[in-house]
Amino acid sequence: MSKTSSGTLYRGREGMWSWVGHRVTGVVIFLFLLVHVLDTALVRVDASAYDAVIATYKNPLMALGETALVAAILFHAFNGLRLILVDFWKQGTKYQRQLLWGVIGVWVVVFAGFAIRHLSLAFGGH
Amino acid sequence: MSAEIAEPRSQRLDPKYVRGPKSRGNFEMLAWLFMRLSGVVLVILIFGHLIANLLTGEGVNGLSFGFVAGKWADPVWQFWDLALLWLSMLHGTNGVRTIINDYAEKHATRAWLKGLLYVATIFIIVLGSLVIFTFDPCIVNSPLPQC
Repeated sequence: MSKTSSGTLYRGREGMWSWVGHRVTGVVIFLFLLVHVLDTALVRVDASAYDAVIATYKNPLMALGETALVAAILFHAFNGLRLILVDFWKQGTKYQRQLLWGVIGVWVVVFAGFAIRHLSLAFGGH
Repeated sequence: MSAEIAEPRSQRLDPKYVRGPKSRGNFEMLAWLFMRLSGVVLVILIFGHLIANLLTGEGVNGLSFGFVAGKWADPVWQFWDLALLWLSMLHGTNGVRTIINDYAEKHATRAWLKGLLYVATIFIIVLGSLVIFTFDPCIVNSPLPQC
């Protein structure tokens, strides 16, 4: 491992940070998934118990949490597709940095669209 | 006089360097391939899930027991959610397995963490599948008019 801050292709650069981001978002999504299956399982126990738990997803603080979760999901999804291109497309390793900037660009656009719609629904009504 | 030479870590070795029948077959390659294949399918399944549940109609405010019952009256959504459950759990479990292998250095720690992970995975997959297959719209406190 290089101890200087220059001279490596990977360490501290786009490749490493996208790998860190992929791991962190992956763990966050997995932990939510465990909770989400458990809360959905309440539909098999008692309809009003399910509705009571789902009501917690509708408060504004949770709406912000959901927005952050979807931000993680969108990054993991688009960066995952980039990983597939890096592995299977002949030019993938050559353009992995440009692909990451593409991922970030698409992520910004899609996330903005989601956040505007979700937050206006969550804060807007009822 | 003999020097200690560490076991090579690469899986693809010239046959003359292979020591003993230690290979795990091609499990790791299949796990690697599964992550890519399930990943593509999961992008479609999760985007559909988010659009149907959070972006259309009333969004998060429209979620309720009645909403779930309406979706699962359609076998397409039952299959959609079942595929989402299985693929996301297996994809996530393999991801966490990789992370445990990377960071837990003691053999016993790795074994315990992975054991715990696999128990949680089996529990969640079995529970989720049972919920989808045995769903009863007329359960206790059901608000549906036909009950």
